[in-house]
Amino acid sequence: MAYINHEVVERQMTKRRTKNTVFKNLFLGATLLALLALVVLMYRMITQGAGYLSLDFLQNFSSRFPEKAGISAGLVGSLAMLAVVTPVSLFLGVGAAIYLEEYAKKNKVTTFIQMNISNLAGVPSIVFGLLGLTIFVRMLGMGKSILAAGLTMSLLILPVIIVAAQEAVRSVPGSLREASYGMGATKWQTIYKVVLPAAIPGILTGSILALSRAIGETAPLVVIGIPVIVQFLPDGILSEFTALPMLIFDWAKRPQEEFQYVAAAGILVLMMLLIFMNSIAVFIRNKFQNRY
Amino acid sequence: MVSQKREKSLDVQQMIADKKNKGLGRKAEKLVPTILFITAAVSVLTTIGIVFTLIFETIEFFRRVSFWEYITGTEWLPFAGEPSYGILPLVLGTLKVTGIAIVVAVPLGLAVAIYLSEFASDKVRRVIKPILEVLAGVPTIVYGFFALTFVTPMLQKIFPSLEIFNALSPGLIIGLMILPTIASLSEDALSSVPNAMREGALGLGSTKLEVALKIILPAALSGVLASVVLAMSRAIGETMIVSLAGGSTPLFNFDVTGSIQTMTAYIVQVSTGDAGYGTTIYYSIYAVGFTLFIFTLIMNLIASWISKRFREEY
Repeated sequence: MAYINHEVVERQMTKRRTKNTVFKNLFLGATLLALLALVVLMYRMITQGAGYLSLDFLQNFSSRFPEKAGISAGLVGSLAMLAVVTPVSLFLGVGAAIYLEEYAKKNKVTTFIQMNISNLAGVPSIVFGLLGLTIFVRMLGMGKSILAAGLTMSLLILPVIIVAAQEAVRSVPGSLREASYGMGATKWQTIYKVVLPAAIPGILTGSILALSRAIGETAPLVVIGIPVIVQFLPDGILSEFTALPMLIFDWAKRPQEEFQYVAAAGILVLMMLLIFMNSIAVFIRNKFQNRY
Repeated sequence: MVSQKREKSLDVQQMIADKKNKGLGRKAEKLVPTILFITAAVSVLTTIGIVFTLIFETIEFFRRVSFWEYITGTEWLPFAGEPSYGILPLVLGTLKVTGIAIVVAVPLGLAVAIYLSEFASDKVRRVIKPILEVLAGVPTIVYGFFALTFVTPMLQKIFPSLEIFNALSPGLIIGLMILPTIASLSEDALSSVPNAMREGALGLGSTKLEVALKIILPAALSGVLASVVLAMSRAIGETMIVSLAGGSTPLFNFDVTGSIQTMTAYIVQVSTGDAGYGTTIYYSIYAVGFTLFIFTLIMNLIASWISKRFREEY
């Protein structure tokens, strides 16, 4: 007597295996669909914007006439803002990460700070704009300056940098620290001369990704009230300025169709800047990967 | 011999003492933790700053507009001659867009996560995951432009009654934007289910699909749910896509083909307009911002509660 009815098994097995194949292809299809969306997005921006991308476009100021419009004030403004955001957010972020990983005791204050950081990461960027408008622009009287926008952006990306730096510091093996203590180094000497150099690739990778987010963010700048019609280059950190995404936003809203192409050209400049920053991050990650 | 040794060891101690007293060494050692603590406290101060600015300016708003009208009113007409401030149309606009985004992103994101974690080879995964993360890194202004100039015209060909500004197009694109969040976080949750469970089920004759849907997905459910809630919170706070493609007509209806306004888009509209400092409209953006903040805060708390409460330890 056969315990297994081969006919039934055969029939059910075929059904189950077909189902498996169908779903596998569905899942693959979903993945390809997401990738396709990215390709279409890139393709659209390139075909629309490439025609308007020229040396003049990089050198001109924004204009009422699409063919004369340029991005110089935004490009310089965004880079100037980055020059504020980079030192401020790195100092605060890495400092906080070292405190939390190396100095903080496991108590309620530390848990609170940690929880606060993860909640801060979930606050919408536009709310940071309201904070910047109230504190930096009005209360501290910085106006719509590079400094005000830069500080707002620094606070916005701070949680991302702290978390990245924490992971980098945590992944430095304990044996390195012990060796350093064994040689008679103090705690700060160990952190400054052993832990930080070992953690720097990880910190940089995470920070560059966070900084590229600061370059592309628009909402906080809109709320702060960064102007779009700026016919001069900034001459200091207290100078008024405009930024790349602000110009793109302004052009995209205009009714004339030509400005769509100008906006697409602006997007291409922004994307190239982001790709450049991201490739630096990837380069650092690959170069220093798995040293221990 | 003995005395010589002693002299030498005294020398070393002397050197250590010299070294210790030299320069900033000692002081720095004591000062550093304090400085670092202050940098860590900045994040707490930021939260306090956000909460207090929102609360103070919102209180000023509620001196002029009744709280009851604000939370139950179905008309949001701040620029009218007789302004009315009922938040519900803005909340509904936000929820419409978020709902569409979730409908798009959850099935797609989960499918991607299951494919990458259960079906794809290591090589494929290592290529696809970073590319998907690029989707998360595209600035939202770019998505907004794409929604307005590509997705909307394309949808208009399919649904001719679709207006230029609508909820559908930004909803779809926000879905695309939050897809990597769901895919990447869910994939992490799925892959962290121990292999023994997979092998056990496969050994009993399950197909890969049955393993994925009946064993791995239930085991990783907390991580998957948390990723969905986090993605929802990001969709609610999304600003530029809805400002560009959603329009600025706060209407209290469930139509997705017409112009809408979300909470974030209202703040942008006022910020780009010329409402003066100190006007009721000026204070209204803080009230709306506070409402938005509470929405996302609740979402984030739910997400962290889910991942703590329902975590299965293996």
